[in-house]
Amino acid sequence: MTVAIATSGLVKTFGATRALDGLDLTVHAGEVHGFLGPNGAGKSTTIRILLGFIRADSGSVTVLGGDPWRDAVALHTRMAYVPGDVELWPNLTGGEIIDLLGRLRGGLNRKRRDELIERFNLDPSKKGRTYSKGNRQKVAIVAALASDAELLLLDEPTSGLDPLMEVVFQDVIREAKEAGRTVLLSSHILAQVEKLADRVSIIRKGRIVESGTLTEMRYLTRTSVEADTAAPVTGLDRLPGVHDAEVDGTRVRFSVDGAHLDGAIKHLSGFGIRALTCHPPTLEELMLRYYGDELTAETSGRPREGVRG
Amino acid sequence: MTATATPAIGRTARPAAGGALAGTGLLLRFALRRDRVRIPVWLAALVLGTVWPVTAFREVYPTEAARQAAAATMNSPAGLAFSGPAHYLSDYHYGSMVSHQVLGFLAIFVGIMSVLLVIRHTRAEEEAGRAELIRAGVVGRHAPLAAALILATAVNLALGLLLTVAVGSTGLEGVTWEGSLLYGAANTAAGITFAGVAAVTAQLTEHSRGASGMGLTVVGAAYLVRAAGDSADSGLSWASPIGWIQQTFAYLDDRWWPLLLNLSTAAVLTAIGFRLSLRRDLGAGMRAARRGRPAASPMLTTPLGFALRLHRGMLIGFAAGMVALGASYGTFLGDIEEMFRDVELLRNAMAQLGGATVTDLYVTMVMTILAIVAAIHVVLTTLRPRSEETSGRAASVLATGLSRTGWLGSHLAVAVVGGPVLTVLSGLAFAAAGAPVAEDGGLLGKLLAASAAYTPALWVTAGFAVALVGWLPRATALAWVLVAYAGVIGYFGMILDIPDWLTNLSPFSHIPRLPVDEFRWAPLLILTAIAAGLIAAGLYGFRRRDLDSK
Repeated sequence: MTVAIATSGLVKTFGATRALDGLDLTVHAGEVHGFLGPNGAGKSTTIRILLGFIRADSGSVTVLGGDPWRDAVALHTRMAYVPGDVELWPNLTGGEIIDLLGRLRGGLNRKRRDELIERFNLDPSKKGRTYSKGNRQKVAIVAALASDAELLLLDEPTSGLDPLMEVVFQDVIREAKEAGRTVLLSSHILAQVEKLADRVSIIRKGRIVESGTLTEMRYLTRTSVEADTAAPVTGLDRLPGVHDAEVDGTRVRFSVDGAHLDGAIKHLSGFGIRALTCHPPTLEELMLRYYGDELTAETSGRPREGVRG
Repeated sequence: MTATATPAIGRTARPAAGGALAGTGLLLRFALRRDRVRIPVWLAALVLGTVWPVTAFREVYPTEAARQAAAATMNSPAGLAFSGPAHYLSDYHYGSMVSHQVLGFLAIFVGIMSVLLVIRHTRAEEEAGRAELIRAGVVGRHAPLAAALILATAVNLALGLLLTVAVGSTGLEGVTWEGSLLYGAANTAAGITFAGVAAVTAQLTEHSRGASGMGLTVVGAAYLVRAAGDSADSGLSWASPIGWIQQTFAYLDDRWWPLLLNLSTAAVLTAIGFRLSLRRDLGAGMRAARRGRPAASPMLTTPLGFALRLHRGMLIGFAAGMVALGASYGTFLGDIEEMFRDVELLRNAMAQLGGATVTDLYVTMVMTILAIVAAIHVVLTTLRPRSEETSGRAASVLATGLSRTGWLGSHLAVAVVGGPVLTVLSGLAFAAAGAPVAEDGGLLGKLLAASAAYTPALWVTAGFAVALVGWLPRATALAWVLVAYAGVIGYFGMILDIPDWLTNLSPFSHIPRLPVDEFRWAPLLILTAIAAGLIAAGLYGFRRRDLDSK
């Protein structure tokens, strides 16, 4: 599998702020790669380096086999970019802006352009200044997807889109993937990334703290189990990998590390399972694992050992 | 129970009653905080703009005879168009001179300040979307406009007071304290009138540039109407707010009542502004925005075509304005010989220049002014990429196959070609308007050469601005220093004795002033080389620095 984006040890500082602190990111060709992190973690800074807008202080970066700083123009003809906060020229229409960006990139697919405008329900004859936030995003999304770019860099692309348009966006990204394009999708909408991404990298304070497929990452965390048993469950505390067990008569609720799920269920079946729900960890839980201590530190004013238990 | 219920009703009832103006005081303090630098700078500039010419009068016209000679030369259609009503000339002491020559001209800038101030705190806030945040709080519908108008009134009152003290304390002959009080009040009244104009234009269009443009057009029209009225000595001056304040004849007759016209007009305009604001939604204008083409023309999607499209409106505006300016200077060409025949200063200057005619000298003066106006366009155009960058729009374009050099270069091309074209256009307009009255057939050729000669200076201006964009992007405002400096040197260099090394700092000083000077290639080639160096440095710097984000 070829690599579309590879960075290693990227460092970027702005004055006293260390925006990127040794970032290692790998995106394989043909995958949709979720890039998750809270505001200010360094997602946009990373994307701006990948576009050659800014230069890393140290570390190496390769995009589509080239150096994004040195080969910016050549690479840009193979990439498309959607910023998170799209600014349009007030006196150009949406249609003009789509054509402008497409042709400056080296041409756009007329048929796909019209089809996307139709699907996103965008009025291309309105002037830039009259679009709402969501419609400005649509202009940039259509401009990016109407091109034949191999690599799409999407920086929180759907902020301001309504749920219906969010669905259209997901369809369009899936089609892009089927067409063999690579997508780096930065987001903090977890449901979106969960639905679209083949692999996910979680960025925190300028570093990638976790990277892999969702399956791999879920393995690292726990499954939530709720059960109703014939007899009250005992002895859960002694099982390895079981956390936060609560027994209320015949109802039991606990979470268990992926590696110990089998043992825990075997233990439960000894008490006669009448009803059982297991659900895999959501991305919210994955995120909380990496940011949970920050959140609780912010709310309680002191750091805590997180949910690791 | 009733005892607790009553205040509750009172609490809910009160905002409904006085609600439209709720929060005005808070917004006013907020506006003062935001403008704590801007307002003092404006006031200082306007006071200096009065004090400087007033002190110059003493030097240029030291004697009664000199002042009477000045009155005689002023008494021509051209002289009166540039100053004020002829009645001032009946007793031309320093006081009359201040009121006659400075008041009307200064009122333009007082008007500009007032219009920009009101639009900045009303329509510009709405356009940026910040007004929504404010209005979502406990802030009444009329509060932002009311706060902006109170601010503009207070600033104009402060200006009037400062002018009264500044001019009154010069103690020149004919400068009385009562006259100074009226002189200050006249400026205040003009400012308040134009603030009222802005209160209306702010309602009409969705974008602040349009609202400011309309307001500034009214200011310019007010000056032109009074110029036409005064030069023909017709009643037309009474149709202009600037005409009204000149009709006070401060220092001469000291009549206050014309200011009532200003104040009542301001009151009516303010009422209209508030009324119009009730008939529109927040953020909307009075007329719906027009639709445009759903697809781009092939022209737009080339880098240069795109840059041209962004600069088109301003380019057309400048072309129209500069052609009008050149033509209006040209129409006075017939009067010029006569007007300046007796001015000793100019006669000396001409003698130094080896027998140039007054017409030729006038051509060089006008061309300097026109070239500097073109330089304003050059700086505005060259700095546009920077505002594209900081607004985040540049990122979309630079993420495509367009290189940084190609992008910045296409904007630069508009400046490098546009500035000289504008200068030549205004020069030709001058010649076209002046040729019939001056009976000089060679005028067109003279002006073509005189205006085209400024090209290298405009290129240096563009080069300086683009070098700042490339290397000191946060200090691009410094580009204006060059234009302002060239303007001061160009304007006062004709009157005052400025040391050579100061004069030589301005690129415009090195341009041979045709047709008075002899044409020389050397300075033009050197300036072109400097411009090329600056442009290359700017493009190189822009290629190697980080782009700023929003």
